[in-house]
Amino acid sequence: MSQTRYTKDHEWIRLEGDTAIVGITHFAAEQLGDVVFVELPEIGKTVTKGGEMAVVESVKAASEVYAPVNGEVVEVNSELESAPQTVNEAPDGAGWFVKLKLSDASQLDALMDEAAYKAHIG
Amino acid sequence: MAMNTQGRPSRPVSNIEQGGYADTFSGSRGLDQAEPLIFERGRTDITGVDFPKAKGTKARLGGLERTDEIGLPGLTEPEAMRHYVRLSRKNYAIDLGLYPLGSCTMKHNPRLNEKMARLAGFGDIHPLQPQSTVQGAFELMGELAHWLMTLTNTPCVAMSPKAGAHGELCGMMAIRAALDARGQSGRRRVLVPESAHGTNPATAVQCGFYCDEIPAGPDGRVDMDAFKAKLGDDVAAIMLTNPNTCGLFERDIVEIARLIHEAGGYFYCDGANFNAIVGRVRPGDLGIDAMHINLHKTFSTPHGGGGPGAGPTVFSEALAPFAPVPYVVKDGEGWRMVEQEDEAEGEPFGRMVAFHGQMGMFTRALSYMMSHGADGLKQAAEDAVLNANYILARLKHIMTPAFDGTCMHEALFDDRFLKDTGVTTLDFAKAMIDEGYHPMTMYFPLVVHGAMLIEPTETESKSGLDRFCDTLESLAKAAKDGDTVRFTSAPVHAPTKRLDETRAARNPVLVWTPPAETLEAAE
Repeated sequence: MSQTRYTKDHEWIRLEGDTAIVGITHFAAEQLGDVVFVELPEIGKTVTKGGEMAVVESVKAASEVYAPVNGEVVEVNSELESAPQTVNEAPDGAGWFVKLKLSDASQLDALMDEAAYKAHIG
Repeated sequence: MAMNTQGRPSRPVSNIEQGGYADTFSGSRGLDQAEPLIFERGRTDITGVDFPKAKGTKARLGGLERTDEIGLPGLTEPEAMRHYVRLSRKNYAIDLGLYPLGSCTMKHNPRLNEKMARLAGFGDIHPLQPQSTVQGAFELMGELAHWLMTLTNTPCVAMSPKAGAHGELCGMMAIRAALDARGQSGRRRVLVPESAHGTNPATAVQCGFYCDEIPAGPDGRVDMDAFKAKLGDDVAAIMLTNPNTCGLFERDIVEIARLIHEAGGYFYCDGANFNAIVGRVRPGDLGIDAMHINLHKTFSTPHGGGGPGAGPTVFSEALAPFAPVPYVVKDGEGWRMVEQEDEAEGEPFGRMVAFHGQMGMFTRALSYMMSHGADGLKQAAEDAVLNANYILARLKHIMTPAFDGTCMHEALFDDRFLKDTGVTTLDFAKAMIDEGYHPMTMYFPLVVHGAMLIEPTETESKSGLDRFCDTLESLAKAAKDGDTVRFTSAPVHAPTKRLDETRAARNPVLVWTPPAETLEAAE
């Protein structure tokens, strides 16, 4: 399994074969509080690094989830629509958001590794 | 021995040993009565009024007449009256106490305004009446428009928008019309600071623009370098609130206006917080192109569950030709309503509402302005700022202000003072309910962690503010002393205990359905 990478906006991305799985970090899920709604993109949508990819709504606020890299959405975690609490329960596992087909895998290199992300959130 | 001491204890027996309050049989707590839904209180198969059976009538509906029950609750007048009075007793209102909710404040609503709004010539007219019969109402609208243009130093105002966000829409539609008119429809990027009200980006997107976020600097204001870097020939406008949602005056506003104009864009100012500067600053002097004014905030008309809003929008010379119809104009001795786009002088972008705006709010706002005078409005703004700073100064030793220095009309704290206490901003707000205060705005603006935004408003006296600050001081101290349960179990003294917000959001029950036995009874 490839190494997980992190953005400063608290998304994680992990390469598995040709596709990359994207979710939000444990820290983000905790800060948001109880997640009550997740809006996922359409399959086939092209996303660009830093652009809006999904929306996550908690009892506190609605927040955008940004694409960590350029790519095309090949799969979404539709389980989240009926069970948004999965984002709180397992943000880095069953609570994943989308799978992307990357257009440029080297973009991953610019993202933080776990140690750097830990330092980022303090 | 006095009679009333015989068999009539005059002191309560402590029931703490029995666990404090016992559940009551009725569900009421003392004189705070439990109140079911009106459909549950009244039976839906009866009527509150007995009409004699009509004689000699013939159904002419061709078999389409209703055969089942209509399903409306049948209550007598006193039952209906009690229902609403009981509900109102569970509500917290500006007429009950300090309302520190920031952003869209609940302000004092002077009773004089209510008296004026009920005058028959303003209150009992219809928007379709002949213009000659509503000249007084037109004059009032013209007079109010004059006040708004004078206070903002702008040449034009659209009176019809019906709330703040509607006023934003009005302003952005005018900006879009102006861009189209000069053949620059390609300008689609709107700059919005990250601390903006959520309605700002929503409005921009609604008008076909897309948003580009400007980060805030460490002082809570627009980061000027980031702003400059985002200017370009695809920028349509900036939407900026001043004072901003952190309760801070955007000191660089004149420079921002100059730069956005130089880049070919327009300046939309969100006037939600105009109440902090009215009479002191004229936004037109700062270089704004459009700004809505929340009459329901700055000029004391009731809102927030208490009544309709009104969001007249002022325009600069550049945008004035695109202002929507209708509007009133002085025509000789009388007044006339310009209803059609082709009667208008400029090129109105259209019409936003069927009629002419919120007449009731217009009457109340003008009543407020005329009873205060220009000097009184200025003093109201100054007192609002003074009161917020008093709270900031009194609480900064025990709570943590989000930014250094003084504030405008609202004091913003973050949750650093609750660090490691196990108490969150939400818990703190709930504990305020137990203390008899409506909570402040919490978790907004989003740029501040665990934000608590307190807007006391200008009408609170020093003694009232002191009582409020004493309470918050005690709460902050209790949190730091480890009295966590006081917060996490709050509210315990409210009519309804803490609700499960998560469950309510995940499984909302939006429609009341009658219990099974009611359905059977109706059949």
